[in-house]
Amino acid sequence: MAKITFIEHSGREHTVEAELGQTVMEAAVQNSIPGIAAECGGACACATCHVYVQEPWREPTGTPEPMEEDMLDFAFDVRDESRLSCQITVTEELDGLVVKVPEKQF
Amino acid sequence: MSEEPIQTDVVIVGAGPVGLFAVFELGLVDLKCHVVDILPRAGGQCSELYPEKPIYDIPALPTVTGQELTDRLMEQIEPFGAEFHFNERVDQLERLDEGFRLTTDGGIVLDCKVVVIAAGGGSFTPKRPPLPGIEGYEGKSVFYSVKKIEDFRDKDVLIVGGGDSALDWSLNLQPVAKSLTLIHRRDQFRAAPDSVNKMFKLVENGDIKFELGQVTELHGDNGELTGVTVKAPDGNTFEQPANAMLPFFGLTMKLGPVADWGLNLEENLIPVDTEKFETSEPRIFAIGDINSYPGKLKLILSGFHEAALMAQKAHEYIYPDKKLTFQYTTSSTSLQKKLGVK
Ligand SMILES: Cc1cc2nc3c(=O)[nH]c(=O)nc-3n(C[C@H](O)[C@H](O)[C@H](O)COP(=O)(O)OP(=O)(O)OC[C@H]3O[C@@H](n4cnc5c(N)ncnc54)[C@H](O)[C@@H]3O)c2cc1C
Ligand code: FES
Repeated sequence: MAKITFIEHSGREHTVEAELGQTVMEAAVQNSIPGIAAECGGACACATCHVYVQEPWREPTGTPEPMEEDMLDFAFDVRDESRLSCQITVTEELDGLVVKVPEKQF
Repeated sequence: MSEEPIQTDVVIVGAGPVGLFAVFELGLVDLKCHVVDILPRAGGQCSELYPEKPIYDIPALPTVTGQELTDRLMEQIEPFGAEFHFNERVDQLERLDEGFRLTTDGGIVLDCKVVVIAAGGGSFTPKRPPLPGIEGYEGKSVFYSVKKIEDFRDKDVLIVGGGDSALDWSLNLQPVAKSLTLIHRRDQFRAAPDSVNKMFKLVENGDIKFELGQVTELHGDNGELTGVTVKAPDGNTFEQPANAMLPFFGLTMKLGPVADWGLNLEENLIPVDTEKFETSEPRIFAIGDINSYPGKLKLILSGFHEAALMAQKAHEYIYPDKKLTFQYTTSSTSLQKKLGVK
C-alpha cells in the first residue's frame, strides 16, 4: 500500500491508500475523488484524469511517454508538472505522493 | 436539405458495438435498419477510446482489440445491408400516427416504426475549454466544428490545438480567412506528418501565424470575440486578436439530445424492462450502456444479449401477424439464406 494525497482546486485534501501496481487514476476513482473523470478508463485516450504532480514527487513519478504527452494536448492549463494520472503506476517509492486536481477537466 | 423522409423499419441511434449487433439480430427477423452516429465511423467507445487495447471478455475471442471487434461486427452484419449515416447526430424524435420521425443535425429525416437507442455513454461531443464566459460566444464566434468554410471568409481566425482537426482546419481555412493563427502548447503535433509539414511551409511563407501557448481568457461583446489572452510557455501573457475561434481538444461523451425525447431517465440512463429492453414508451427500445435495469453491467456481452431479445419484440410490432419460430443459424436454411451462406 502507498498513501496518495489528492488536493482539489478548492484546497480540500483527500488522502487514500492505493494498492501497489494500480494507477493513480484507479486509486482516485475507487475513492471517488472529485475532478478525476477518467472517461476512457485508463486507455490514455481522454485526458480527463489530468493532475499536477507536486514536488518532491516529479522525479520519482518520471516523465510522460510520447503517447501521454500527445494526449496532454487535449487537457487544459497544462504545466510542466502535468501528468495523466492513469499513466502513473503506484510503487512503494510513491508512498506519500501528492497531486493537485485541476479546477476543471473540460 | 428538404428531401423526402427515408422510410425504414428501424432506426438505431448509435453505431457502437451494441448498435452494430442489433443490425444482425434485427436482420435475422427481416427488419431493415438505418444506423446514425455522430462519429465519422462505426465502433463507438471501442474505436474512439481504445481501438488498440485488447478486450478479454468477448466469448470465444480470448483477445480482440476495440478496432478488431468493430471490424468483425461490420463483417458479420454486412449481409443485412443496413444503411449508415455517419457524422450525423439524431436531434429530434417526433411521434407519428404509425411510428416515429427522427431528424438529424444535418437535416436527414428518417421515418420508422421502431426506434432502438444504442447511444452508449452518450453522443461524442467536442470538449469545451473551461474558459470563463465561453458559452456566450458559442455558435457566434466560437465553434467546435466547421459547417461551411464560407462562414470564415475574411475573418481573423484562431485555431487552438495540435491534433488532426486543428491542423486540417488550419490548412483548409487559411485560403479564405483574412488571417489565420494556430495556437498550440508545444511545437509537436499528434497529426498526420504531411499536414504538419504543409502547415510549417505556410508559416514560413507568412500565410499562417503559429504561436506557442495556451488560451486563458476570451475578450469580446455580445458573443462577438475580439481577441484572447494567451499564456506563453515562459509564463508571460500576450493578446491575440481574433473574431472567430475554433478550439479542438478532443471529444467527451454527453447524453445530448436523447434527454429531450420525453423518455423516463434515471441518472442519465434509460430504465428498461429485462424481457425486451423497452423504454417507458412502446416501440422505443434502449440497449447497451445507455440503459439501466436491476443488475445491469455495462459490458459488450450484456449489450449483445439485450439486442437479441429486443429484436423479438421489434418483430412483433412490425409484423404483428407473423409468428416467429425460434431457429438456430447453424441449422436453419431460412436464416442461412438471409446471411447469404446458402
Ligand atoms: C477503456 C475502456 C475499456 C473497456 N473494456 C471493456 C471490456 O474489456 N469488455 C467489455 O465488455 N466492455 C468494455 N468497455 C465498455 C464497452 O466499450 C461498452 O460497454 C460498449 O462500448 C457499449 O457499447 P454501446 O454500443 O452501448 O455504446 P457506445 O460504444 O458508447 O456507442 C454509442 C454510440 O452512440 C453515439 N450516439 C449517442 N447519441 C447519439 C445521437 N443522439 N446521435 C448520433 N449518435 C449518437 C455515440 O457517438 C457512440 O458512437 C470498455 C470501455 C472503455 C472506455
Ligand atoms: S483516464 Fe483517460 S487518459 Fe487517463
